[in-house]
Amino acid sequence: MATFQLAINRKSYSVDVDPQTSLLTVLREHLDLTGSKYGCGEGQCGACTVLIDGKAQRSCITRVSSVSQKQITTIEGLASGDQLHPVQQAFLDVGAMQCAYCTSGMIMSAVALLDRNSNPQPDEIVSFMNGNVCRCGTYPRIVSAIQKAAKAKTAASAKGGSR
Amino acid sequence: MSAKSHLPIEPERYELRASPPYHFDLDRREFFKFLGAGLVVVSVLKPAAIAQESGGARRRGESLPQEIDAWLHIGDNGRVTVYTGKVEIGQNIRTSLSQAVAEELRVPLENIDVVMGDTQLTPFDMGTFGSRTTPTMNLQLRKVASAARDVLIGLAAEQWKADRQTLRAADGKVTDPRANRSVEYAALMKGQQLTEVLPAEDPLIPAPDWSVAGKSIPKVDGRDFVTGKHRYPSDQKLPDMLYGKVLRPPAFDATLVSVDTQKAEQIGATVVHDGNFVGAAAPTSQLAEAAVAAIHAEWKSEPQISNKELFDYLRKNTAEGKDPTGDGDRFDTGSVDQALSSADHKLQATYTVAYIAHTPLEPRAALAKWDGDQVTVWTGTQRPFGVRGQLAEAFRIPEEHVRVMMPDMGSGYGGKHTGETAIEAARLARAAKRPVKVVWTREEEFTWSYFRPAGVIDVTGGVKNDGTLTAWEFHNYNSGSAGIRTYYEVPNQRIVFHPVKSPLRQGSYRALAATANHFARESHMDELAHAVKMDPLEFRLKNLKNERLRAVFEAAAKQFGWGKSKSAGQGFGMGGGYEKLGNIATFAEVHADRKSGEVKIVRVVSAFECGAIVNPDGLRNQIEGSNVQGLGGALFEAIEFDNGKILNGRLSQYRVPRFRDVPAIETVLLDRKDLPSAGAGECPLIGLAPAIANAIFDATGVRLRALPLIPNGLKSIA
Repeated sequence: MATFQLAINRKSYSVDVDPQTSLLTVLREHLDLTGSKYGCGEGQCGACTVLIDGKAQRSCITRVSSVSQKQITTIEGLASGDQLHPVQQAFLDVGAMQCAYCTSGMIMSAVALLDRNSNPQPDEIVSFMNGNVCRCGTYPRIVSAIQKAAKAKTAASAKGGSR
Repeated sequence: MSAKSHLPIEPERYELRASPPYHFDLDRREFFKFLGAGLVVVSVLKPAAIAQESGGARRRGESLPQEIDAWLHIGDNGRVTVYTGKVEIGQNIRTSLSQAVAEELRVPLENIDVVMGDTQLTPFDMGTFGSRTTPTMNLQLRKVASAARDVLIGLAAEQWKADRQTLRAADGKVTDPRANRSVEYAALMKGQQLTEVLPAEDPLIPAPDWSVAGKSIPKVDGRDFVTGKHRYPSDQKLPDMLYGKVLRPPAFDATLVSVDTQKAEQIGATVVHDGNFVGAAAPTSQLAEAAVAAIHAEWKSEPQISNKELFDYLRKNTAEGKDPTGDGDRFDTGSVDQALSSADHKLQATYTVAYIAHTPLEPRAALAKWDGDQVTVWTGTQRPFGVRGQLAEAFRIPEEHVRVMMPDMGSGYGGKHTGETAIEAARLARAAKRPVKVVWTREEEFTWSYFRPAGVIDVTGGVKNDGTLTAWEFHNYNSGSAGIRTYYEVPNQRIVFHPVKSPLRQGSYRALAATANHFARESHMDELAHAVKMDPLEFRLKNLKNERLRAVFEAAAKQFGWGKSKSAGQGFGMGGGYEKLGNIATFAEVHADRKSGEVKIVRVVSAFECGAIVNPDGLRNQIEGSNVQGLGGALFEAIEFDNGKILNGRLSQYRVPRFRDVPAIETVLLDRKDLPSAGAGECPLIGLAPAIANAIFDATGVRLRALPLIPNGLKSIA
């Protein structure tokens, strides 16, 4: 067991766990941040995706010992108060979900994509998102939602918005 | 505890018992204890009617009480609470049922809460399967809401001494347009406790007049899902909760020879060994895993077949006469043998489908807590009342001592009809005397749940030179009887479902055997069309009288541009049918490169009709989703197994559809406001596989008769 200081959603946490423990287990079991989901345990489905220093990472195959000192963002930290992130809002507007178990991971991956490419083409979205699985089959809607979010973000920054 | 022997699955059979035996044991006083003041709408089932029900929901050894179901409550704060045993698994019925209630009760959607799948609070329900929610529960709740509206108008009429015919209900109020006055529903209650028994007949608002139903209302609690706030079954937590893990046998149907749990106990876990069940509970999941890993067990198992021998096995191991229902699995008309021998063209072909896994993204999960001899379980299941029964049976306690709750879950697709994790968590919790949560790993979900049945289908068709079908013989081994009957006009038919003792545990899967049966039928229709050199659409329509089915074929053909010319490597095909009260026709465009072996699904067009549409966008979502999910079973999903083990039970080994697999998808909705609304969760799945198979034939001249069609590309079969 060892103690790790974690910076999650702009808050500081201290956890006492085995260094081999996955970040996903720490989030869900120790910190009760259950928005990140378990889907496969081998980084194949993307349901557990979080941002680590802004990059989309699979928290189920990320050891907690590797992420102290880093900025971690989970789905719970995306909205600012009542104000949803443009990607969250776009998923709602488009209805880009059914059971929505994949939604947290999809949104986190999409946020990472739009942070490095503000205007992705459909094939770029497909290529970036291909590691995220939606068993209900809402992929076409997710692509639309990401395009919509890209437009909303661009419009907001043109207006001088912070996002 | 072999899952196979203790928790039998009945593929197909759930669908046959459409009418649920409603069941609720509280009396009127108890209702209001938890409902509070206000108006409650109930339905009462007379003892005689209950006695005739064959379902197992009745209380054992007790005289039959008058059974009362509470469906809807309007509190004196104006909140409307609706109670249904149906559950939300991604099909968005929390939204569509809210729309139904808002429509008839004339209240804003925001005022409605829907309590779903809680065995203590909701009326008995067989389960959420068979696309039954829209045709049955939507209708039921509309009736209930309509009855409540009538009561409220009556109360207002009484208060105002007005003629009720002149009063209107809208926006949570009763208004009197003549006297220019209105009163909120909540104010009409005046702290009273009112009970209204659902009348047998009550006119409902016709579909053309709908204002809330029939609209694309977004998911009612969507915000909770995009913020991560919603708690799925696997997210549930209680103070002092332990995590549970179960020791799995190395092969199916293995029996435990010896077990040593000493090391596991030393780790600090609660270890349970009860018959074939061995499991551990500990304060963290890691500790529980370590404890199970420290258990030394020896198992004994019998040799079992592999997927390579599967289809031969299915043919040779029929269990004729053992069909538990004994109904409707054989259909004969005319003289098939004679018609086949005199047909201008006769064609015989065999089609096969593999076992596939539902792979719901959320694996099975349950949290169990005991209070004395009463157990409460939160679990992901399509059958909360079924799981209640399983728990009662497993622990030999009355069903009244079991409460099962179903938080909206990470889907099921027919794969979560059973309560494995509920029983496991409850067994460990009883030993640990603390709440225990069990969440299956992906590997456990692949191995210890159940599969869509594999099957072999032999079809022989006879046709005249002019394209008239004359004979149809159809034998389905194991995959199931859903959708087995043909909707084409054929005077001579022999259609038989042959049950088989399945080598793997199998059960319901979205659309059941309708996928396999439509694949075989619609492929064979395509083969017959080519045999008589007719256009496949023309051939179908020549032999099809059903107007609703004709309409979807024609609508999809128009949108697709059927009859257009094609380029090299391009192929067009179609498949369609009637299932679960819905009608689908799907057209596919593929591009096949025989040199590289790559087949790309370029475009899919579906036309669908299921009566009056309750939520157009929700419906589109279901149809698109069916076509995307259906790509897996059509193209590459197949469970590989050998000697009681699953060989590809991980997401890195079992390929499911991903973003890159998705073609352009277009959906045409036919809204029949003159027809009752039906469900759409399953039917749209059935057209895709034959449409793709027929398009691949069109592109390459290669006829593929096995699902999945191209697990390794086209090269493997070219």
